[in-house]
Amino acid sequence: MQALDPARQDAEFVTFFAGGQSFSLDITHVREIRRWTAVTPLPHAPQEVLGVMNLRGSVIPIYDLAARFGLGPTPENPRNVVVVAMIGPQTVGLLVEAVSEILSVDRAQVQDTPDIRADSTRQSITGVIPLQDGMTRVIDLAAVIQPRGRQAA
Amino acid sequence: MTARNAIRDTFFEECEELLEALVEGLAQMAVGAGDGETLNAVFRAVHSVKGGAGAFALEALVGFAHRFETVLDGIRAGRIALTPEVMHTLLRSADHLAEQVEAARDDRAIAPEVTAGFLANLYAILGEDAPEEPDGAGDDPCFGFAAVALDLGPLGAGAGLGADGAGFGVGSSVGPGAEVIGFPGPGPREAAPGWRVRFRPLPALYAHGHDPAALFAALADLGPVTVTLDLSDLPPWEGFDPAGAWLAWTIRLAGAVPEAAVREVFDFVQGLCLLDIAPDDPPAGPPAEPAAAPPLAPPPRREARAPEDDPAAGPKPTLRVDLDRVDRLINAVGELIINQAMIEQSVLDLTLSSEAEVIGHVEGYRLLARDLQEAVMAIRAQPVKPLFQRMSRILREAAEATGKQARLVTLGEATEVDKTVIERLADPLTHMIRNAVDHGLEPPAARLAAGKPAEGTLRLSAAHRSGSVILSLRDDGAGLDRARIRAKALARGLISPEADLTEAEIDNLLFLPGFSTAEKVSNLSGRGVGLDVVKNAVTALGGRVAIASVPGEGTEFTISLPLTLAVMDGMVISVAGRTMVIPVASVIETLRPDPADLHGLGPQDRVLSIRGRFLPVIDVAQGLGLPARRNAAQDGAEGPPLLLLVETESQSHCALVVDEVHDQRQVVIKGLEANYGAIPGVAAATVLGDGRIALILDAEALTAQRPPADPAARPPFPNAGVSHASP
Repeated sequence: MQALDPARQDAEFVTFFAGGQSFSLDITHVREIRRWTAVTPLPHAPQEVLGVMNLRGSVIPIYDLAARFGLGPTPENPRNVVVVAMIGPQTVGLLVEAVSEILSVDRAQVQDTPDIRADSTRQSITGVIPLQDGMTRVIDLAAVIQPRGRQAA
Repeated sequence: MTARNAIRDTFFEECEELLEALVEGLAQMAVGAGDGETLNAVFRAVHSVKGGAGAFALEALVGFAHRFETVLDGIRAGRIALTPEVMHTLLRSADHLAEQVEAARDDRAIAPEVTAGFLANLYAILGEDAPEEPDGAGDDPCFGFAAVALDLGPLGAGAGLGADGAGFGVGSSVGPGAEVIGFPGPGPREAAPGWRVRFRPLPALYAHGHDPAALFAALADLGPVTVTLDLSDLPPWEGFDPAGAWLAWTIRLAGAVPEAAVREVFDFVQGLCLLDIAPDDPPAGPPAEPAAAPPLAPPPRREARAPEDDPAAGPKPTLRVDLDRVDRLINAVGELIINQAMIEQSVLDLTLSSEAEVIGHVEGYRLLARDLQEAVMAIRAQPVKPLFQRMSRILREAAEATGKQARLVTLGEATEVDKTVIERLADPLTHMIRNAVDHGLEPPAARLAAGKPAEGTLRLSAAHRSGSVILSLRDDGAGLDRARIRAKALARGLISPEADLTEAEIDNLLFLPGFSTAEKVSNLSGRGVGLDVVKNAVTALGGRVAIASVPGEGTEFTISLPLTLAVMDGMVISVAGRTMVIPVASVIETLRPDPADLHGLGPQDRVLSIRGRFLPVIDVAQGLGLPARRNAAQDGAEGPPLLLLVETESQSHCALVVDEVHDQRQVVIKGLEANYGAIPGVAAATVLGDGRIALILDAEALTAQRPPADPAARPPFPNAGVSHASP
C-alpha cells in the first residue's frame, strides 16, 4: 500500500467493486486488504452484516457492501476480498468483489452526491469522483456501519 | 506529558500506597494491635504525603497533613492519650487526607470549611499545643484557629459577679485547644509567690447549680488571677452531650494568700470537681496539663523502631508498570493460546503416528503457553484490600450521615481479583455499604431495644471459590421487611396482586429497576436508583448477585464474579449447526430427558418436568433468531432434545435446548461491543482452535427474553403466540 502523499493537496482513495459498481474509501481509513475467510454469523443482524471474523485476535464485523447499498448480496467467489477499515476506535471489514486501484485526485474533484431518490444510498455516500470510464462513489464509512442498519433488519 | 506531570502522577501513585499504609496502620491501632512501629509507619505515611504535596504547592493538603502529623507525633511522644475519641478523629482525618489527595489529583477543590471542620478536631486533640506552632497556621487561609481571648472584663471588676454573673462562652468554634481568659485583679500582676489551681468540674457540679465563673471571681478577690481554659477534652460537635462536663481550668493566683483561703473558695464544690492546689512555679511555668489522666495512654515506645527494611515485615519489591503494557502482554498471550490451539489442530489433522516427535513438542508448547498465560494473568490480579479500605471510609461517612453507629469487619483482604474487576466493583460496593447502613442497620435505640449492641456490624468478605470470587456483605440489622417490599412492588405495579411469591422472589424484587423502599429520599441512598444499579454493574462483569435475609438477624448480599475478565471456562456446544460457547458457571447439568418429561404448554412453549418441578424449556436457536434444526413437532421422530439446565438470576432455573455438547475448555473472551455492538443473547465471542470465532451465549439474556421477564408477574397462562404456527 502506498504511503500518504506528504503534499496533502491531493487525496488518495482506494477504489473497489461491489455489486458491479465502483466505490472508494479515503485511504486514511483503510488498514489492510485481506483474503475472504469464513465468518461466524451473528444473530439478530441485518442482512448486510455477514458475521464476525478473527483479525489477529480482534473480532471484527464484516459488512457486505453490495448488500448495504441495496445491490443484492455479493455472490460467493474465492476472489472476493475484505477491506479492513478503521474509523475511530472501531475496526470493520467490507466485503467487496475486487480492489481495483489507488486513486490520487485533487479534493476539488470530489463532487457532491447527485440528488438521487434513494435516501439510504445518498446518506451513505459523501460524494462521487469522475473517472475515465464512469465514476466512483466515495463511501461514508460511519454512515455505512452505523447501528441504524442493524435495527432495520 | 511533561516531566512535571509525570512526577505528579508518580506522587499520586505513591500517595495511594501511603494512604493504604496509613489506613492499615490506623486500623491496627484501632483494635489495639498496633505497636510503636505501627505508629511510626502511620506517622511516616502522613509525613511523606505532606512532603510530596509540598513539592506541588498543595497548600491545603500540606497544612492538614502537618496538623495531622503533629497529633500523631503527640501520640508517639505519649503527650496525647489514644482514647477512642482520638482514634475516631484519626480515622476520619485519614479519610479526609485521602479525599484531599483525590481532590488534588482531579484538580478539584474541597470546600475550606470541610477541611476546617476536620482541622478543628485535630486542634481539639492537640490541646494547648496548637498555638505553639504558628508556622503551619499562619500561612494557610484554612487555619483560622488562632487562640481566641474571651473578654470577661466585668468579671474582673468583681462588681457584677453575683448570681447574675455572666455565663461562660466558649467561642463559636472548638478550634483552639486553650483559650486564655484574663482576669485583671486588683493588685499588681508581678506579685511572685502564688498558687496554681487546677480545677476540673464534674457534671455534678453543674447539676448542683454551681458556676465556675463565680469561683474564679472569688479567687480574683484574693489577688490577681490568670485563668487558662483547657478545651482538650471537648468532643466533636456531632454527638456532643451538652449536659457533660468537658472544660477544665488552670487558675494562677498571684500574691501571698494562705492556702486555706484558696481552699475556702472551693468549699461548696468539694467532691463535685477535681481540684489540685499547689504552690505556683515562676510565672513562666509550663502550661497546664490536661486535668484528666489519660485513660488509655499507651506507653511511649520510641525505642521500638525496627529497621525499615526488615525483610520479614517489609513489602516485597515491586515494579510499577503501565497498565497498557500489561494489557498488550495479555493480548499477545491470548493470541499465543489461540495460535497454539490452531497448530495443535493442524498436527492432529495430519494423522501422524502417536510416536511422532512433533506431537510431543506440541504438547510441550501447550503446557508452556498455559503457564505463560497464568503468569501474565497474575500480573493483573490485585488484592481487594485497597477496595475494602475505601469501603471502611464509605461506612464511616454513611454512619455519620445517618447518625447510626457501625463498624466494618473485613475478611479475606488478600484475595486477588483482576484489577479491572476491582475498579468496577467500587461503585456497586459503595452503594451496597450505604444501603446497608441506611436501610439495613436499625437506629441505635432500636438496636438496643432488640437486645443488640448499639453499634451495627457490617462484614465484608472476599474469597475464592471454584474459579470465582465471592464477595459478601452482611449486616446484623433488622433484615428485609418482606411485607413492605411486597407492598411497595405492588404499588409500583411491579407485581400483580395475586402473585404468589416465595421469600426469595420477594427479596429479588429489590433488584428491579426503580425499586426503592426508602420512605423519603435521603442524601445517602434512596434516590430511586437502587440495587438494580448494583445488579447491572455486577452482571456487566459477568457475575451474579444474590440476597439472603433473616428477619431480626440481618441481610447478606453475595456477589460472585469470574476471576478474570479475559478468560472463562466455557462449554462448547452447537446450536443450529453453529459452534457456540456457554459459560460453564451457568450450567448446572446436561441431560437428555425422557420424552414423557416434556410437556407442551400453550401452542409453542414446553416445560420440563424434573424432580417434581416444571422448568421452562427455551430453544437457543429460536432465542437467537436462527433457523432451528428441529422443532417440537419433530421431537418424536428424532428423540428428545439435549437440554442444558442453567441457573440465572431472573429465572431461577431453565432448560436450554441445544444440538450437541462437544467439549469444555478455557476460552479467551473477546468483546463484540468495541467493533460492532451488543447482541441480545450473546455475551461476547471467542476464537476457537481453528481460528474461527464462536459466540459466547448469555444465558441470562436468553432466558430473560421470554416475556414476561419477571417470574413473579408471570400470568397463570402463557400468552398465546401468534408468530409461530402450532403443530
